[in-house]
Amino acid sequence: MDRQLIYGKPGLLTGPSLHHCPGCHYGIILGVLFEVIEELDIGGRAIAVTGGGCTARWARYLDIDTTGGIHGPGPAIASAIKRIYPESIVFVAQGDGEQGAIGLGYFMNSALRAEKITIMGFNNACFGTTGGQMAPTTLLGMKTSTSPLGRNPQTEGFPFHAPELIATIKGTAYAARVSVHTSANRQRAKAALKTAFQKQIDGVGFSLVEFIAACPPNWHLSPGDCLKFIEEKMLVEFPLGDFKNVDTIDYSMPVF
Amino acid sequence: MAEWILSSGNEAAARGAIQAGCKYFFGYPITPQNEIAEFLSEELPKIGGVYLQSDGEGAAAYMLFGGALTGQRVMTATSSPGFSLMHEAISHMAMVEAPAVIIEVMRLGPGAGTGGQQGQTDYRQMTKGGGHGAYRNIVLAPYTVQEIFDFTQLAFYLADKYRILVIVATDFILGRMTERVNLRSLNFPPLPAKDWALKGKDQKDGKSDHHMSALVFGGIPEFFQHQTEKHQRIIEEETRVENYQAENARLIIIAYGSTARAARRAVNIARKNGLEVGLLRPITLWPFPKEAIKKAASRAEKVLVVEDSPGELVEDVEAAVLEQVPVHLLGIWARHHSGPSGLIYPERIFQEIKALI
Repeated sequence: MDRQLIYGKPGLLTGPSLHHCPGCHYGIILGVLFEVIEELDIGGRAIAVTGGGCTARWARYLDIDTTGGIHGPGPAIASAIKRIYPESIVFVAQGDGEQGAIGLGYFMNSALRAEKITIMGFNNACFGTTGGQMAPTTLLGMKTSTSPLGRNPQTEGFPFHAPELIATIKGTAYAARVSVHTSANRQRAKAALKTAFQKQIDGVGFSLVEFIAACPPNWHLSPGDCLKFIEEKMLVEFPLGDFKNVDTIDYSMPVF
Repeated sequence: MAEWILSSGNEAAARGAIQAGCKYFFGYPITPQNEIAEFLSEELPKIGGVYLQSDGEGAAAYMLFGGALTGQRVMTATSSPGFSLMHEAISHMAMVEAPAVIIEVMRLGPGAGTGGQQGQTDYRQMTKGGGHGAYRNIVLAPYTVQEIFDFTQLAFYLADKYRILVIVATDFILGRMTERVNLRSLNFPPLPAKDWALKGKDQKDGKSDHHMSALVFGGIPEFFQHQTEKHQRIIEEETRVENYQAENARLIIIAYGSTARAARRAVNIARKNGLEVGLLRPITLWPFPKEAIKKAASRAEKVLVVEDSPGELVEDVEAAVLEQVPVHLLGIWARHHSGPSGLIYPERIFQEIKALI
């Protein structure tokens, strides 16, 4: 009997395996990214900048031009590439630690400059690769290896909300938060990422998609319980949805 | 045929970059390099280039990193505290061998120092690598405005030839002084194609490139072997030094950059007074002209290092001289007064010459 391939390895995946931990959602998000790049047919002009930590090796997984493995400055690197090759599609994959802590300046300023780049931010409420330390996105009361008594807002402040913040900036075309913990959410995540890239293709402005992602080893939960944790805890603090979605931005310049 | 103009050192660096085909500059204001950013913010858009004002020197250096990986010629300029901020990116650039140029218009340090006035206190940071990871950058040290213009062009050539970062080291005096400049275009041998550049696969017949630290996947001895061989080749082929009346000198002065101007004048005064003094001026601070200095020292009685610093260059000179003859230092204490505008004058150097000879 002839057998037909109905689902296979994405064409842009370079290697046979990923390094992500069992139950980690980054592999699912990587799959979403592959599908979006292929459906928009932008692989030939896409340039990716990955972060430090869990996204670093994505620079090796994608059969497109990539650089990365550096913690925080992805948006600055991407800004330069995009300015030099405006026809390319430049995106950054970065974690919440680099986005909300060490790289907040690079991230915010790339939005303030209305860079026509796309940022994929990953919110797993901790620093993943380094061993689950407290991140800007760590939930209040959540115990991590550097908040052993739980995150206390009095001393550690409140969780960082990237899309809500970026939505307030004029040069932002699109800012959304999505999750991939159910297949329906995965579909919505894919649509959001597609929208974000479309804004860049159309030259509208800066675009951000934040992905909620499970981190089983650092949450000390089974992959199954992580889904419950996302539903019951993460999504309460970090609501899903579009925080800004515009097709045009007024770039008119007053003359002095 | 080339045009002659009056130019500041900073403007000459900017013009040299354009002459070399650099169309992308990442800037952040800091004194005393501002004229470079200002000039390029006006000129680059006229030639289809981009002046991108960054959100700090750290960002400017990472923009330089990203820009260099596109295969285009890119540059940034800064001064000492800003240069310190750039070193994380500089180290990453060494890792992936991203070629680019930085103009370092030194100001007195440490910290905020004088807030932007003369000093040569970044020698160690520039020549030994200010970041982590045992790497090297080429450091060119012009001492006239013409040389700033020429060396900026040379810097782009060397950067592309070796896939390395090249620093053009000037300072407050050189950046701000005005001299006649011949806007000549220097000719260099052909360079290898940048077939590694990030442009999107469509521009490269479907080939994708990946620039990240490869060490996580192994090949560590091979990586450092490759780097070391490259550095050795640079030492052999690119070490540059100017010899000014040093062949038969009893006393050899070693000085670079703006201080070498004062030292050259002091040599002239000394020669007029019948004293056999010469100047060896390192043009490349790295690679350091160790052999030339060693050889010259073997024929001399004494060596005098003059630098506007408590003593950094002197360490490299001592390592080159190998205790063949005594090495003296005329350092920052020789300034004519203690305020921020104090300078080491030729007359003060001449005094030292007389005391030593």
